[in-house]
Amino acid sequence: MLAFLIKRSANAIFVMLSVSFIAFMIFRFVGDPVELMLNEQATQEQRDELRNRLGLDEPFIVQFGTFVSNAAQGDFGISFRNQQDVLGMIAERFPATFELVIVATLISLVAGIPMGVITAIRRQTWYAEAMQFTSIIGVSLPSFVVGIGLILIFSVWLGWMPAFGRGETVDIGWWSTGLLTHSGRMSIILPALSLSLFQITLVMRLVRAEMLEVLRSDFIKFARARGIPARAIHFRHALRNCLMPVVTMTAMQIGGLIAFALVTETVFQWPGMGLLFIQAVTFVDVPIMAAYLCIVALIFVLLNTLVDITYAMIDPRLRGAEK
Amino acid sequence: MMLHSPTVLEAAESAADPSPAPALEVSNLTVEFPTRRGVLTAIDDVSLRVEPGEILGVVGESGAGKSITGLAVLGLLEAPGRIAGGEIHVSGRRVDTLTEEELTKVRGREMGAIFQDPLTALNPLFSVGAQLVETIRLHTDLSREAARDRALHLLREVGIPAPEERLRQYPHQFSGGMRQRVVIALALAAEPELIIADEPTTALDVSIQAQITTLLRRLCKDHRTGIMLVTHDMGVIAETADRVVVMYAGRMVEMGRVEDVIHNAQHPYTKGLMSAIPSLHDRVDTLTQIDGSMPRLNSRPSGCAFNPRCPMAGPRCRRDRPNLVDAGPNRAACFLHEGGTQ
Repeated sequence: MLAFLIKRSANAIFVMLSVSFIAFMIFRFVGDPVELMLNEQATQEQRDELRNRLGLDEPFIVQFGTFVSNAAQGDFGISFRNQQDVLGMIAERFPATFELVIVATLISLVAGIPMGVITAIRRQTWYAEAMQFTSIIGVSLPSFVVGIGLILIFSVWLGWMPAFGRGETVDIGWWSTGLLTHSGRMSIILPALSLSLFQITLVMRLVRAEMLEVLRSDFIKFARARGIPARAIHFRHALRNCLMPVVTMTAMQIGGLIAFALVTETVFQWPGMGLLFIQAVTFVDVPIMAAYLCIVALIFVLLNTLVDITYAMIDPRLRGAEK
Repeated sequence: MMLHSPTVLEAAESAADPSPAPALEVSNLTVEFPTRRGVLTAIDDVSLRVEPGEILGVVGESGAGKSITGLAVLGLLEAPGRIAGGEIHVSGRRVDTLTEEELTKVRGREMGAIFQDPLTALNPLFSVGAQLVETIRLHTDLSREAARDRALHLLREVGIPAPEERLRQYPHQFSGGMRQRVVIALALAAEPELIIADEPTTALDVSIQAQITTLLRRLCKDHRTGIMLVTHDMGVIAETADRVVVMYAGRMVEMGRVEDVIHNAQHPYTKGLMSAIPSLHDRVDTLTQIDGSMPRLNSRPSGCAFNPRCPMAGPRCRRDRPNLVDAGPNRAACFLHEGGTQ
């Protein structure tokens, strides 16, 4: 287990270094930051003085080293646009995105797994066929269409839920949550649903395919020969053998959802990181873009490690060290 | 005792000596697979019985229908396969008419199963102990602790060393032979009257095979369990079985005590099968074989299914179907023994 952790950590550090290198390169590609920060009347002395103060006269490798060591301590500099601390801005937006993504993921698992099992074990019935057919629609509709459709039906026509924003939030330490207030909970339903619709169909189709595969295996036949009732066979013996790919996909999708909740956040004006990033892109706010890139990469790396640990929890064959 | 109708004499006999019902009685079983091109008959009019404490070998080439017979008894035929005729009784109880729900209560409790590949028969994600306890508690009222004790007892009985430790381990930590012992322990969990063993030794090393067949024999005698041993390996049958049924193309061709069938085969197919077994005593350069191959399910010839390969086949063999008749010490389905012309 220790060797495993050391190996994983080395991997993670390598990935993070590569990503921060790319993030760092953004600064150099979008032009001279001194030109961006000073106005056109600045003298050469002022320019040199700023350049020296920002460390931009140092060699490339030293600058990169400074960037990495600052980033590792959570210092991504200040926003070009409103001169605020970048990490603070992201930290302020992160809870909104995170809650949205977690709720969407829970919805997709709670709905997707049973639907996948049902469509696999009740293959010939009309409702399984109907679910299969509907899932094609779910996969093919773009999420902004789904979002707008949900707003139209539930906010405009029925008036059940707010069309945009996050509702009231409660602060717990630095974390602001919308899940503890009624308006916050009502506000998260539509964006989470729109974000999860694609996931539900993905989970459902994955579980269905895996179930059909597993149900053909010998140990299922032997379990039936032992007299295990159908329900236990489906939900205990077969489903657990299907969970590996579901865990992988879900974790990867959480990363993906965090990174690409942009569209949903834009449609619902959800004050999350995605919206912040879109605004940063519009104003060429490089520090925010670089920090966003690094943080999303960090989330992916952490999730990957979590997936490997979960694997070992599900499958005893991967607990090599225990022997 | 060829009579099946309960006579006064038999009733009196059973009152005096309560001989239990046969562990398995299959009568006139027919299994069909409906396909787009018509109905294929995989099992055609098979009747056999396994007494308590007896091992009945069912032998035949692959595709002869021996495994299907086992699956039909267990009620595990895969769709679209279905029992089209006949009756199956396990310990006197008719099982072929039960619903899936009722069958679930019979499987594991009154009939156990052992399958060919022990590497894939156990769920890889549950410990051996968990799978044993699950099965035991399903069929008995034992508490968790009592079920665990019984699991330990079962592992000990099938010859697994250090059972306390083994109970916590997962299938991948067992060797093939040890896994097959676990599978046997699972089949024994509820002390069934009948065990269907489908090629239980085929996937194992030869040295392990002997251990498993010895174990099966011992369990059969100790528990008075009837075992239907399905295999293509005549050697395993010779070492293990009391009686043997030879199947060919979905039908029974010969049935008898194992030494009679081996040394005194009556059906041309069985004779061919026996002469194809190489002997240690006579060294030969070429192995004997039966020419041709068993007809496929969709191209079975009319008359006796063996007639295209049979050296003694006559016109009648191509026209009519032979039934099982007394043939020497055995029963064989061949016109040679009907006393008529071929």
